Amino acid sequence: MQVLLKGKLGGAKAPPQIFREQIAVFRRSGYVFLWGLVLHMKDIMKSLYNIRLLDELAEKQTVVHSIHPLAKLLTTMIYLIVVVSFGKYEVAGLLPLIFYPVIIIALAEIPLLPILKRMLLVAPFALGIGAFNPIFDNATMFVLGGFRLSGGWVSFFSITIKLFLALMGTLTLIVTTGMDRLAAALRMLRVPRIFVLQLLLTYRYISLLMEEVARTMQAYSLRAPFHHGVQPGVWGSLAGNLFLRTLQRAQSVYQAMVQRGFIGEYNTGYDSRMTINDTLYLCGWVVFFLTVRFYNIPVFIGSLVTGVGK
Amino acid sequence: MHMADALISPVVGGAMWVVTAGVAAYSIGKIKNDLDDKKIPLMGVMGAFVFTAQMINFAIPATGSSGHLGGGLLLSIILGPYAGFLTMASILAIQALFFADGGLLALGCNIFNLGFFTCFIAYPLIYKQIMRKGYSQSRMFSAAILAAVIGLQLGSLSVVLETLFSGKTELPFSTFLLLMQPIHLAIGVVEGLITAAVVGFVWKVCTEIIEKASPGEALGSISMKKVLSGLIVVALFTGAILSWFTSSYPDGLEWSMFKTAGVDELESVGRVHETLGDMQEKIAFLPDYGFKASESWDKIESGQQEEAWPAVSTGTSISGVVGGLMTLILAGIIGMGIRVIKRRGNAGTA
Repeated sequence: MQVLLKGKLGGAKAPPQIFREQIAVFRRSGYVFLWGLVLHMKDIMKSLYNIRLLDELAEKQTVVHSIHPLAKLLTTMIYLIVVVSFGKYEVAGLLPLIFYPVIIIALAEIPLLPILKRMLLVAPFALGIGAFNPIFDNATMFVLGGFRLSGGWVSFFSITIKLFLALMGTLTLIVTTGMDRLAAALRMLRVPRIFVLQLLLTYRYISLLMEEVARTMQAYSLRAPFHHGVQPGVWGSLAGNLFLRTLQRAQSVYQAMVQRGFIGEYNTGYDSRMTINDTLYLCGWVVFFLTVRFYNIPVFIGSLVTGVGK
Repeated sequence: MHMADALISPVVGGAMWVVTAGVAAYSIGKIKNDLDDKKIPLMGVMGAFVFTAQMINFAIPATGSSGHLGGGLLLSIILGPYAGFLTMASILAIQALFFADGGLLALGCNIFNLGFFTCFIAYPLIYKQIMRKGYSQSRMFSAAILAAVIGLQLGSLSVVLETLFSGKTELPFSTFLLLMQPIHLAIGVVEGLITAAVVGFVWKVCTEIIEKASPGEALGSISMKKVLSGLIVVALFTGAILSWFTSSYPDGLEWSMFKTAGVDELESVGRVHETLGDMQEKIAFLPDYGFKASESWDKIESGQQEEAWPAVSTGTSISGVVGGLMTLILAGIIGMGIRVIKRRGNAGTA
């Protein structure tokens, strides 16, 4: 913008005072326009982009994508339970669990960067709580030569590793399964129809409404350029108007659904049974998780390599 | 306020899953009979509305910061407590799945903390009671603010308790409470104000929406007695199991492992080491006397602090560091290897 303004409006001769003020206003509005676009649109459009990206990735045709959604859901849940079941001071024993997301991400051809970015965005809260551990737990836990580490630091590392493993496990599930097939898995687990239907509809209309909210926010930021966020005077009218439009949309959605034969059941279109391959996938991973849980493999490898027994 | 998987124990996560599933089943049972087909798309679209409205920054005057809508109270006001709770549950499930905001194991905790207290405590016991005398702008504002504040205070208290019961944090109860409650007092006021602003606007423009929705009668009137008595039974049951599990053992899974296998993990690893003792000597490519020297120091140290758990062990520390690094390197090599093979395969087919 600055380049543009300089190029078009800034010349060899300085412009008269009256123009200078206009240029300043114009320049400021330009910045604000960009700022508004960046700040207000960023979050919403980024989220929309992320949902669509995950949707697209879930449509890939790889060996992991072809596994039955129920097998993947159960594997993920067992994985998460095993991850969080490790003691608060366990660090090394947890590490082999990284094989699961690494192998799945590689086999499913998932780009690593968006997954890592997503994880970094949500990490601060849990890490913030974990960061208190080094303050309150000072007892020595780890000794290496002259270097000592307190129990608080060890448990903080443990929380960090668990956080990243759990996040990777969860994201790999959705990225290789997709919402529709996951809903089918939930129905197979006898989760009530109303809830699954409702979950799917919420998911479907999030993308639709996000575009609307992004447009509303863009319009607002252009009309109220120097405001950080929606001003209290229009909280009700801005969100309220969105709400009324949403209600209207719900009605037309319902009418459209009825016209297409909606009788209160949502067909997920996925009705296959688990094959031997799916069962092997589930059992194989569970055996691996339990082995890792009950045998500290890194310490074992480390002791073999260094010759230091326990 | 979303709890992450890393901060909860399987027992707390599992217990809260059971409790939340119970409340959800109860809610589904309540709305099933009098729910017309029309309400399901309405719940879906309302869920999507709250999900997206959470992304709007509402400027808070004189602070320079901005607040967000949580949505639990608004959903209760529009849809009634049962449908509101279920809608909130699906919003949180989507957040956990697609945004990794709160984990899947912690989902039971999060639905309970953010859905139960607003839909089943704050809405019927505070908002509805205050609004009983009829609608007025000031009454609705005070009802919404009070309900949102109390709902969020209970929710954040629940976060504190669940985190402490999980035993992953060293934060003392009082410090954690002092960190959480005042912040959520402010968040609660903002939540109440935004909810009231939306409800107030809709009331002005389209009164019948709020009039029809606020009694929540279409979706069945709430029986707190049943909900609470059911919850107390579940809480006592899970609490009993919880305390039994956590009283003597670090965690439930280790306890069950000990019970079923008759040995605990360190012992079994120790035996494996013993059997492979000779092999170790031969294949060790990083032998270092320094480790062994510090190990003897370590024995004295651990002898003095026998009560400490887990005992400090240099041997385990160094083995853990080396083995851990090797594990990570191996994982990286396998991941890269699969990628390279797949890329070659794809290039070959193309």
